[in-house]
Amino acid sequence: MRVGPGAYLLLSAILFAIGVAGVLIRRNAIVVFMCIELMLNAVNLSFITFAKTNGSLDGQVLAFFVMVVAAAEVVVGLGILVAIFRKRSSTSVDDVNLLKG
Amino acid sequence: MTSSEQAELIVFIILAPLAVVTALGMVLTRNAVYSALLLVVNFFCLAGFYVLLEAQFVAAVQVIVYAGAIMVLFLFVLMLLGIGNEVVVKEQMRGQRPAAVLLALGLLVAIVGALAAGVFDAEPASLAAANEGGNVEAIGRILFTRYTFAFETAGILLVVAAVGALVLGKRQP
Repeated sequence: MRVGPGAYLLLSAILFAIGVAGVLIRRNAIVVFMCIELMLNAVNLSFITFAKTNGSLDGQVLAFFVMVVAAAEVVVGLGILVAIFRKRSSTSVDDVNLLKG
Repeated sequence: MTSSEQAELIVFIILAPLAVVTALGMVLTRNAVYSALLLVVNFFCLAGFYVLLEAQFVAAVQVIVYAGAIMVLFLFVLMLLGIGNEVVVKEQMRGQRPAAVLLALGLLVAIVGALAAGVFDAEPASLAAANEGGNVEAIGRILFTRYTFAFETAGILLVVAAVGALVLGKRQP
């Protein structure tokens, strides 16, 4: 028995689905963010699997850029969360249902 | 079966259930700090998969950037904002949670169905030719030739993100 690309892609799909479920279920905005990170990582895993199946490094470079964008996204997202927390003393996504603070 | 394939199988059998269990635990635990720590373990598992898939550079970046920098930022914000357990005062939408689980399962079935159309039996090629002279060297070569523009744009994006975080974090007078 050999570990083929299918095993990695199946794992990636499972992790992505768990991330989606987490985003829909959880109410704490920080945990929702962590679930988004989980989904980004699942996609990275499939990128790197495809890089190996195709025998080229483009998939790995793409995964690298996904990490860069994820880092930028986390910085801005957590900044917004801290700003919202200052106004409302809560990080629950249910409390943030109006655009105007 | 060569010994390296055997080693890959053993490492995969250990890491794959660990990755799934930590991801599920992250979603299910009520304490946000436990979620963050389980996610760190999950990121280490993924770094292990990257090594198995001959992506040593991305594995190192995964540990340094994700497990190191990003998760420390998450924990920092968690500690800064206080870590009360999640209390649902009132369900905003009735039956949202079961529907969410069902939808996620449906998505999983759809993705696996799409995969089963042909990728499962794909023969894994080797990166030995592409990784000639080392994975980091090869990535650096491709990053500064074919992807120079994307690389520079990523630098601008990071600067904008840093400035944006400063503006958001500044106390309004």
